[in-house]
Amino acid sequence: MSFLDVKDLKIHFPTDDGLVKSVDGLSFGVERGKTLGIVGESGSGKSVTSLGILGLHKGGRARLSGEIWLDGEELIGASTEHVRSLRGKKMAMIFQDPLSSMHPYYTVGQQIIEAYRIHNDVSKQVARKHAVDMLGRVGIPEPARRVDSYPHEFSGGMRQRAMIAMALSCDPELLIADEPTTALDVTVQAQILDLMRDLQREFNSALIIITHDLGVVAELSDDILVMYGGKCVEYGSAEDVFYRPEHPYTWGLLGSMPRLDREPTERLLPIKGSPPSLINVPPGCAFHPRCPYAERTGDKATTEVPALAETEGGHLVRCHMSREERRGLWENEIKPVLETQ
Amino acid sequence: MSENEPLLSVQNMEKHFPVTKGLFKRQVGAVKAVDGISFDVFKGETLGLVGESGCGKSTTGRLVTRLLEPTAGKIVFEGQDISHMGQGRLRPLRRDMQMIFQDPYSSLNPRHTVGAIVGAPYRIQGVKTENGVKKAVQDILELVGLNPEHYNRYPHEFSGGQRQRIGIARTLALKPKLIIADEPVSALDVSIQAQVVNLLEDLQKELDLTYVVIAHDLSVVRHISDRVAVMYLGKIVEVADRKSLYSVPMHPYTNALMSAVPVPDPKVRKDRDRIRLKGDVPSPLNPPPACRFHTRCWKAQDICKKVEPPLAQMAEGHQVACHFPENAPELPAAETAAKTG
Ligand SMILES: Nc1ncnc2c1ncn2[C@@H]1O[C@H](COP(=O)(O)OP(=O)(O)OP(=O)(O)O)[C@@H](O)[C@H]1O
Ligand SMILES: Nc1ncnc2c1ncn2[C@@H]1O[C@H](COP(=O)(O)OP(=O)(O)OP(=O)(O)O)[C@@H](O)[C@H]1O
Ligand code: SF4
Ligand code: SF4
Ligand SMILES: [Mg+2]
Ligand SMILES: [Mg+2]
Repeated sequence: MSFLDVKDLKIHFPTDDGLVKSVDGLSFGVERGKTLGIVGESGSGKSVTSLGILGLHKGGRARLSGEIWLDGEELIGASTEHVRSLRGKKMAMIFQDPLSSMHPYYTVGQQIIEAYRIHNDVSKQVARKHAVDMLGRVGIPEPARRVDSYPHEFSGGMRQRAMIAMALSCDPELLIADEPTTALDVTVQAQILDLMRDLQREFNSALIIITHDLGVVAELSDDILVMYGGKCVEYGSAEDVFYRPEHPYTWGLLGSMPRLDREPTERLLPIKGSPPSLINVPPGCAFHPRCPYAERTGDKATTEVPALAETEGGHLVRCHMSREERRGLWENEIKPVLETQ
Repeated sequence: MSENEPLLSVQNMEKHFPVTKGLFKRQVGAVKAVDGISFDVFKGETLGLVGESGCGKSTTGRLVTRLLEPTAGKIVFEGQDISHMGQGRLRPLRRDMQMIFQDPYSSLNPRHTVGAIVGAPYRIQGVKTENGVKKAVQDILELVGLNPEHYNRYPHEFSGGQRQRIGIARTLALKPKLIIADEPVSALDVSIQAQVVNLLEDLQKELDLTYVVIAHDLSVVRHISDRVAVMYLGKIVEVADRKSLYSVPMHPYTNALMSAVPVPDPKVRKDRDRIRLKGDVPSPLNPPPACRFHTRCWKAQDICKKVEPPLAQMAEGHQVACHFPENAPELPAAETAAKTG
């Protein structure tokens, strides 16, 4: 069993319009010292998954089922209090919007000190010194002075760094970063990615990075999970997903993205249509209305949900086409077009 | 300079926003959002404008479309000086210059139907159409890839990409000559971004449009632009045709920006030497003197803090504002001075 092991996780929300199946049978694992990247379109269920792991849906309307094992302990069945006690030290999260997760009326220092003292029986002075250390580590200039600043006195990049300092202040064993750099400029993003890489190496923590930016996942991830409509459609090592992808949605993502590291193409190759509704998920393969190969799998595409099946060595793909057919398409049709890019 | 007249010519344009304090609104300073920039845009081309948050890109777009009035400098559109033209005289020109905004959600009135939104420019400008406004609107909806039968639907019934198409349809209604697109795809999913980028390119060919595309994403800008201008803290630091800019970037800041973009290739990350910029972009309230990049530049010398480097021609169609540019062709000092002057 991995350090984090998620099995058949389902997170559904009953709403007036119907049941929203935000996460619908997701399984994955992450080891200590490793990074899993989760990519997928807006609304594919990435954030709902991460909030689920942290136990932040507890008490809400969400219906959760499946299993979440963290370091040998099952969390879905555990009490709210117990899961709360694990937050901070056992697991922590970096949110997309730092302002929403920092309290505006307390200084950045007070917030780190409080988080630290929940898990560490130390004096205020010791905790304060630790807060200054952490702010320095994440590259806040003059940390001894800035520790007394309020969140709004920081620039966007500094706030994000302060939040990372807060998330890391108790050396969490599992860190989930949900779009940690989307709101930031590229030069600041590069600093933050370096920082997360360094800190992970130092603490040997398990890291999940959630993003829609394929560049960011490629920079950090050992393994990559591609989500579509609440389900995993492809899972594999970073090399599998970038060099040998087998799912038409993954191909679509790669073709949609202009790349700085290649000669520019004449045209991008977008995925047609729009993301699916999670209330009326298209029957069969959820991607079929947008898939250029849907006809190859006949009626099955619209009637039967394809299984997530292993293609080779831990590389999983959810598609009715045969392995040979997918590989043939990638080698002969997709890859040559992408590589002239 | 090319022999054909530029469609748009901007000369030493400035916009300083006053910062006031106290009951009597005493001016205590100014945000130098745009601080003396010059560029030309020629008919049929796409000029990309890139730079980090707050560098003045949107302000530039709002100045040239005269949603704002410049504090100093000149804006010439089709040979007419429009820098300080009043609303009455600007009105007919507004048909020729349109702006597309970043946010496809907030830029459309939720209570108006698509037909009303796209048809509004006709009514406001009092334009006569051959077969009525409805037919004209439906033609445009078709042009941007929307179903003309959706004329009576409301914005919330459309996806993000479709809403951005509605925004584009609205700007096309009056057959503009120049379109300023401010982050037209940054709020969209990657797969949808590609659809909108392709659409903008198709429309440009079909309708002979001229674009200024503002974006912080260097890959998107490279894909779509013929020439690119890089901004830093209210200044243009480099302008070149896209091939030169991306293959031989000369300004240290441009080099840093490009090296910060994450590469979607897991093999590349391991052996990439990235330029790491320290700190955040300084405040435009108090920009560093002389070369504004000197506080973050690894090549900075004494002269950079004392003498502002002019935007000088370093190669055919390639202008750079730096005392010690990278990748610069060898030029004797005298010749550099001559080209500058
Ligand atoms: N509390 C809730 N009640 C009802 N539906 C919800 C709730 N929270 C999330 N959803 C829905 O679940 C789906 C998945 O949302 P989620 O936030 O996980 O998307 P995401 O993949 O993180 O997208 P993004 O890239 O935009 O952040 C969305 O359709 C969302 O509207
Ligand atoms: N109306 C205003 N009053 C005062 N300051 C302003 C005003 N509009 C813009 N600014 C300031 O001018 C600077 C440039 O802003 P601008 O919106 O042009 O940046 P930008 O390059 O478009 O940034 P972003 O990438 O974040 O959109 C910023 O510091 C901004 O805060
Ligand atoms: S199952 Fe069919 S529709 Fe779904 S991704 Fe595979 S080929 Fe496309
Ligand atoms: S002028 Fe000096 S400080 Fe400015 S970019 Fe060039 S080398 Fe750097
Ligand atoms: Mg999310
Ligand atoms: Mg802007």
